Amino acid sequence: MSKTLIDFILQLADTNFILAQRNSEWCAHGPILEQDIAITNISLDLLGQARNFYQYSANIINTHKESGTSEIPRVSEDSLAYLRTERDFKNLLICELPNEDWAQTILRQFLYSIFQFGLYEQLQKSIDAPLAAIAEKSIKETTYHVKWSSEWVIRLGDGTEESHARMERALQNLWPYTGEFFIPADYEKGLIDVVALKKNWIEKVYAVLMEATLQKPAESVYMHRGGKEGAHTENLGFMLAEMQYLQRTYPGATW
Amino acid sequence: MPTETQHIITEKQIWNLLEEVCDPEVPVLSILDLGIVRGIKIVDDAIEISITPTYSGCPAMDAISMDIKMKILEHGFKNIKVSHVLSPAWTTDWMTESGKHKLKDYGIAPPRLSNDKSTVVECPQCHSTNTKLLSQFGSTACKALYQCEDCKEPFDYFKCH
Repeated sequence: MSKTLIDFILQLADTNFILAQRNSEWCAHGPILEQDIAITNISLDLLGQARNFYQYSANIINTHKESGTSEIPRVSEDSLAYLRTERDFKNLLICELPNEDWAQTILRQFLYSIFQFGLYEQLQKSIDAPLAAIAEKSIKETTYHVKWSSEWVIRLGDGTEESHARMERALQNLWPYTGEFFIPADYEKGLIDVVALKKNWIEKVYAVLMEATLQKPAESVYMHRGGKEGAHTENLGFMLAEMQYLQRTYPGATW
Repeated sequence: MPTETQHIITEKQIWNLLEEVCDPEVPVLSILDLGIVRGIKIVDDAIEISITPTYSGCPAMDAISMDIKMKILEHGFKNIKVSHVLSPAWTTDWMTESGKHKLKDYGIAPPRLSNDKSTVVECPQCHSTNTKLLSQFGSTACKALYQCEDCKEPFDYFKCH
């Protein structure tokens, strides 16, 4: 069993899972009906992608378990999502930050979707066939997320005084969390080259920010990191408490 | 001499049964119209049907797997497995022509072929091409929301995917 492969897949799963949860908080609270539906549709796509990654890692872990060389208990997509602790979660920090307002939600989706698109492009060519298949499937969905979030960044940035100011604030809040995208975790080495994704990401992001009349942030600001290694902000614990409460309190509950 | 009994089912019979399994979100479409059935494998009395998801998070997939099992069970065959295949990824190009007609009659504009670069979406009510996109995301993952500028009716467009 390759521990690094499992960690890498869990990182992809956790990142999609946590962002899906954050976006789903907008359900029935979106600024207008169509956009409420859009953000929850994106949430559903991300959750579906997370499930594919959780299922794949559960398969690898269980196959290894059956070969009898490990004490790891059998796992499932549910146990991986509901029964791991905060320090086990490997999601990117940006995904666990609170939604704050529509501007921050949109901008986060935009910054992440552009990154995710590049990541899936590379992963489609992975020699690991199941990972390549998930990437091939998911990138079609991400294409819509990129388009939708880019349009909204432009609309809000180049919008009213109020929407522009909110976008600027969101950019200040979120930018220091984008550095983590491109810092490889130990377990990513040999599986993905995140450093190679940076140039394209910067170009695409700057092009949209410019159209949105938003000042492009300096690349040299302090960048937070640690999510990929399980060192999270205080936000993740609260999220997991809410998400895992039922399975922790009533183990194995189904309905 | 053994004669054909109810214990033997042919691949053709299964394809016919699958024609009766509908998409729970768009009930005018069978899963064959949708183009999500990848293959059927029969080994002795074991039947394996592989399907491909339309969207990663589509909640209809679990319902469809269950409906396939129920449909075949109704005909007395118990050993059924429905497996999910991700690659090659599903595309709306696999939707049948008759499926597209059924969609249109149902009031949903059918998807264009992926190599068709036009952006015109025809109103399924009045057939005007003077329509506008309201939202890339509609009532389900597979649909976008449009409005006809002539008859003013909003309508769903099954997204090219």
